[in-house]
Parts: sequence; structure tokens; C-alpha cells
Amino acid sequence: MRSTHRRAGAALLCLAATAGLVSCGGSDSASGKTTLDYWLWDDKQLPAYKECADAFEKANPDIAVKITQTAWNQYWQNLTTQLTSGDAPDVWTDQASYYPQFATNGQLLDLQPLIDRDKVDLSGYQEGLADVWVKDGKRYGLPKDWDSMALVYNTAQFEKQGVSTEQLADLKWNPDDGGTLEQAIAKATVDAEGRNGLDPAFDKKNVKTYGFLPEWADGATGQNGWGPLAASNGFTYLDKNPWGTEYKYDDPKLAETIAWFKRLIDKGYAPRFDKQSSVGNTELLSAGKGAMMIAGSWTISTFTDPKARQKFAFAPLPAGPEGRKSSLNGLSDAIWAGTEHKEEAWKWVKYLGSAECQDKVGKRGVVLPAQKSGTEAALAAHTAAGRDISAFTDIAADKNSTFMLPVTEHGTEINPLVQDAVQSVILGQAEPGPALKSVNEKVNGLFK
Amino acid sequence: MGAKTAVAPPDQGTGIRAAAGKERKRPGRRRDDRKAAWLFLAPALVGFALFYAYPTVRGVYYSLTDYNMLAPPNFVGAENYTQLIGDEQFWNALKVTAYYVVLNIGSQTVLALLLATLMHRLTRSVALRAMLLVPWLVPNVTVGLLWMWLLDANLGFVNHVLEALGLGTSGFFTSPDLAMPTIAAVNTWAYTGYTALLLYAGMLQVPQHLYESASLDGAGEWRMFHRITLPLLRPVLALVLVVSLIGSFQIFDTIAVTTKGGPVGATRVIYYYIYEQAFAQFHMGYASAVAVILALVLGVLTAVQMRLLRASRSDLA
Repeated sequence: MRSTHRRAGAALLCLAATAGLVSCGGSDSASGKTTLDYWLWDDKQLPAYKECADAFEKANPDIAVKITQTAWNQYWQNLTTQLTSGDAPDVWTDQASYYPQFATNGQLLDLQPLIDRDKVDLSGYQEGLADVWVKDGKRYGLPKDWDSMALVYNTAQFEKQGVSTEQLADLKWNPDDGGTLEQAIAKATVDAEGRNGLDPAFDKKNVKTYGFLPEWADGATGQNGWGPLAASNGFTYLDKNPWGTEYKYDDPKLAETIAWFKRLIDKGYAPRFDKQSSVGNTELLSAGKGAMMIAGSWTISTFTDPKARQKFAFAPLPAGPEGRKSSLNGLSDAIWAGTEHKEEAWKWVKYLGSAECQDKVGKRGVVLPAQKSGTEAALAAHTAAGRDISAFTDIAADKNSTFMLPVTEHGTEINPLVQDAVQSVILGQAEPGPALKSVNEKVNGLFK
Repeated sequence: MGAKTAVAPPDQGTGIRAAAGKERKRPGRRRDDRKAAWLFLAPALVGFALFYAYPTVRGVYYSLTDYNMLAPPNFVGAENYTQLIGDEQFWNALKVTAYYVVLNIGSQTVLALLLATLMHRLTRSVALRAMLLVPWLVPNVTVGLLWMWLLDANLGFVNHVLEALGLGTSGFFTSPDLAMPTIAAVNTWAYTGYTALLLYAGMLQVPQHLYESASLDGAGEWRMFHRITLPLLRPVLALVLVVSLIGSFQIFDTIAVTTKGGPVGATRVIYYYIYEQAFAQFHMGYASAVAVILALVLGVLTAVQMRLLRASRSDLA
């Protein structure tokens, strides 16, 4: 802790000194350059941001950007450790469920005064992305990219069962009989003898290909599994988003949705939880063991990779009783409150958030940038390569079809609680209604 | 047998002690010893103070605070400890850990004793001994990944074989009933060779002539194991048990790689719980309290075990 204070003190001194045009920190290095530390976790995006950094360094010869990429699994631990030791990166890629923790503990720089001073235009961003990062009038990040959800399926497996692309593009779902989504899933489920799930002789004990691969290690949002379907059934996570204080996991609409998934498993259309793979659904889908799953737009490049073992395509999420619903989630770039190079860091974040940088990122087609023009660049890149990603972009363009993932305090505590409750239902250890009601009490207890 | 033992010549151990006794009587030796001793002890002492003693004190202090690693800690007294009493996840973690320890120590010790006895009585091949160590040399994370793929419910080799044999597949890591036994089995696989070598080294201390005279008296292998090897191995066995008990309690990496505490807490052992609390949920203060309790539990268990096995005394003396 002590070193944080010392650093904060040094930063203050520096700020005082900058009043007289003296640049601080890195100025004592041999080259006279300030070096900014920038962190991100996605290795696929690293080349894109290197390109941004090169352009930025060219325009700002006195600043050098050092990018460090760490895998998601270690990213937050490393960041917390660095923050604890008072040696955090100046700028890092931030995520909605982690940032409340940092904001509450005063680790993030409020960007609003800088935005006002430099008159930064926030209207170029996709709608709703910028406001997630505001708490109590303070703004803790500029939007970087966004993601939405869609269905990804194995084209050959559905073709073989006579399910057309048109049918897949217009699936309906409800929690009672599963609608046309369940029909398609049943057809794509094939047992060892080649009979599909609708065949009366279908042997659910010997399934070769599952029609659907649900994700159960999905925290409190179910983003890659139950979340979008529950939302299309009329479920909302909490009273107010962002910064709500009362979750609604006891909503019967959610219980109905989870119960439908359980029935899907009981019918043999999806792997039993206690017999599912521990290596992840993407691998199963790639191995041809599953026909369909819900995937985020950040996986586009995985499934469209020409080296992929199967041929995949994307379809919009099914329309539930309340229509189609996809989460719309975004990342931001945040500045550490303890940085010694506040102005330089702000320049870099401003550039990262600008259309100029985000167009560069978009062109590579690995993510969908937050700037509308960047998204268009990404779309153009995918279209040019013959990849149809409209399942992700169409739903995001329709305001009534998207919802924000919950941004609240205690996010990291709620995740394991809800995940355990949902898993216990899927395992048959508990009934959906009581299990979700009990976990909802625990979750809301955290806010008291 | 007793009579024969009595006639046997004094063993090596007594010889060494006699020699040491003679040395001590030599005059003019004592002066420099202490300085040199401190000099040689210093690196270990500094390391101990810096990497064990200081963090322990610090940990105990954090356990009395609401430290979340981002904001400075506030003193909260025994609040973390009272919260712990009502924390069902903590009790579940203790229960699950105990289950693992019983499974792991049980299978590992029995198998290691068997292997060590075979090495001792049947073959003393160096190549064989080296091979036994191979699984132990593989990093735990690699062991976890290896078995995760081998045992995977849909893509794993083991399940393909089971299916081909008509036995059906199992979700070894995803079924709440199988997950913990599977992890115990994986770690047994990784550590048995090492434990066997420790026990084997202990067996080598048992004077060979005891076996010779026993076999002259017509004792079979099982009787010799039961009446000679096991009693004389006791101090080594006690050490091995204490070390592997502590090691077993600290099970973490295999779980972090394979089940991540799931399904539904079935493998959320105490170490994994501490890790989750500290680094995923940022409750460093609370995690420290759990860690302090774990240290106490381990201390008590070790003391009980040492006493029960009379570890500090050997029947060989």
C-alpha cells in the first residue's frame, strides 16, 4: 500500500510541475519519451491494436505505447496484483462486470472532465455503449467494441436432416414445447444407428450428435446459454441496469426457461450435465459431436476459419414470446487513477476510442468496434470475404431486441452463486423454482 | 526371531553415534562453531523470515480486516471469523477436502507401500525406480490437462474404450459423484511413484539380516512385511503420511485445470475456495481468515498424527 501512496504523491507532484509545460515521468529516460503501458487479453486483437499504436506513436513522437497481452484467465488476477503493488498499467481494456469493483475502489480515472475539456464527440458510438461506463456522473472508460449473440450451426448436419437455411433463419421458441427451435434441434440429434430425435425408435442413451450444446459454466448472466432465451421469454435480470440493487432471479419466466433446457436434456437432444465434455462446447462442435449452440460475435473468426474441421454458419437467435433478444455487451479502455502520465494516457485512450483507430481494428474483422464506422468497416471486411455475420449485426441494430448485461456491485460474488444454482437444477438436484428463489435471496442479501 | 535379533552385531546407527561421541571429546573445537553455524543458517533463516514468517504474520493481520486488495484494509476484528461459522460454502469446502484427503491418502499410501515392497523384495532395478518417478516429474497443470482430455465424456480416449467395451461413457469430471474420486485417482497416479520411492528408501534402512533370519525361520513374504517391514518403517511412514496429508490438503492445481470447483461445489476444496475468495471475488481479508483456520486444522492434524504414530522414535534404535 505504501508504494501506492508514494506513487500517487509523485503523480501529484508531476501534475503540479506540468503546469509549466514540463512533461513528467518518462522525460528522465534517455530517449526523452514517455512509455505508456497498455493491457489487453485477446491475442486475436493484438495485431490490430499494434497497428493503432504505430499510427499513434507516429503522430505523437514523444509517446511510446507498450502493449501487454495476457490470456483472459490470468488477466484480472494480474491486473489486481499490479494494482495492489501500485504498479498497474496506465491504460487497460476493461469489462462491464469487473469495472464496478475498480470504480468503487477509486482505481479508475474519471474521464468526464477531459471529455468536456477536449469536446470529445460520443455520438459516433453504437447506441447505449458509452453509458455503461458512467457511475454517479463520472465516466470510467471510452467504448472499444461490442458483441451480440447468435446461433452457430453445423451446416452439413442440418442439411442432411432436411432443415433449410431459411427455416434456421426464422426459428421460434417458447418454454412449453420449444417451438420450431426444438423441432430443428430434435432433427439434428442423431443416435448411433442414424435415427434422428423425432424417430420413435430414437435411442437417447446412444447419441452420436447432439442437436444443441447448452453452456452451463456461464456465471450469473447465462450470456452463452439460458440468458438470451430467458430474455426472449420476458425475463429481466434486475430492477435497474446499470447499478440496480435488486435482482430478479426468482422470476418464473427464468425458471420456465431453465426447465425447458432440462427437458431438452432428458429427451436426449442435449448432453446430460454429468456426462458433458469438460473441454468446452466449441471443441465439441468442431468435432462434429454437436450441431448447434449459442455463440458470441467474438467467436466469428473461430467458426469462419477456413481451417475449421466443419463448415459452420450463423443464424439469428430464435424469437421467443417477447421476440428476439440478444445481450449487447461492450468493452472499454480505462485509465488507472494512479498513472504518472495522465495526459499521455488520455491521448492514447482518446485515440483508441476514435473512429480512426477503430476503423483500422474493424477492417481486420476480428471484433465489432464501438464506433459505427468501425462496425461498418468490419462488416465490409466480412462481406468481402464471403462471410455472413448479419445474424449478429441485425439484432444489434434493433433497439427492442437487445438488452444490457447486468452492471452492478458484487458482480464477481453473484456469478458463482447463480451458476451453482442453475447447475444444481440441470443436474436434477433441485427444482428450478425453489432453487432460483433461494439463490435470489442470497444475491439480494449481498446488497443489504 | 527375537533371540536371533539379540545375537545380531550392533547396527550402523549405533556405530555412527559412537564415533560422534568420540569427536565431541576432542578439545579446542568449540570456539568457531557457532559463528560458522549462523553463517550457514543465515540464507535459510532469511528466506524463512522473508517468505514464510512475514507473510504469515501479514496473513493473520489481513484476516482481521476487510482488505480487498484495491483499497487500504480496515480493521474489522473477528468479523471474518464469525462470518465463517455461518458460511455453508466454507463447511462444504472442508467436507469436500476431507473426502479428497481420505481418498487420495488411502489409495496413494497403499499403492506406494505395495510398489515399495515389490522394489525392495523383488527387484532393485534402477531403471524401474526412475520410471516410477516420471509421473511425478510432469507439472501438475500438464497432468490435469492430460487427464482432462483422456477422460473427457465425449472426446476422451478412455470413454471411447469404455464405449467399445459396451460399458457406456461417464462424465468423469462433470458428474458430481465421480468428479472427486477422479481427481483423487489422477493425483494418486501422479504421486504414488514418488511416495513409493520415499518408502523404499525407508525400507533400505531395515537391516537385511532380519529378513534372512526370518526366512530361515520359515516366515513367508506377507509375514515378513507385516512383522518386520511395517513396524520398522513406522517413522518413515509417519513422515510420508504427514507430508502427503499436508500436500493433499493443498490440492489446487488439478482442480483449477479440470473442474474449477464444480460441478455445483463438488470439488470446491478449501484451497480453491480461498483462491476464489481472494482473487476472483477480491475478499482478501476473508480468504486470509479461511487460510488461518486451514493452518490451524493442519497443525492439529499433524500433531495428532505424529503422536499416534510415535514418529520421533524408531524401533531400530
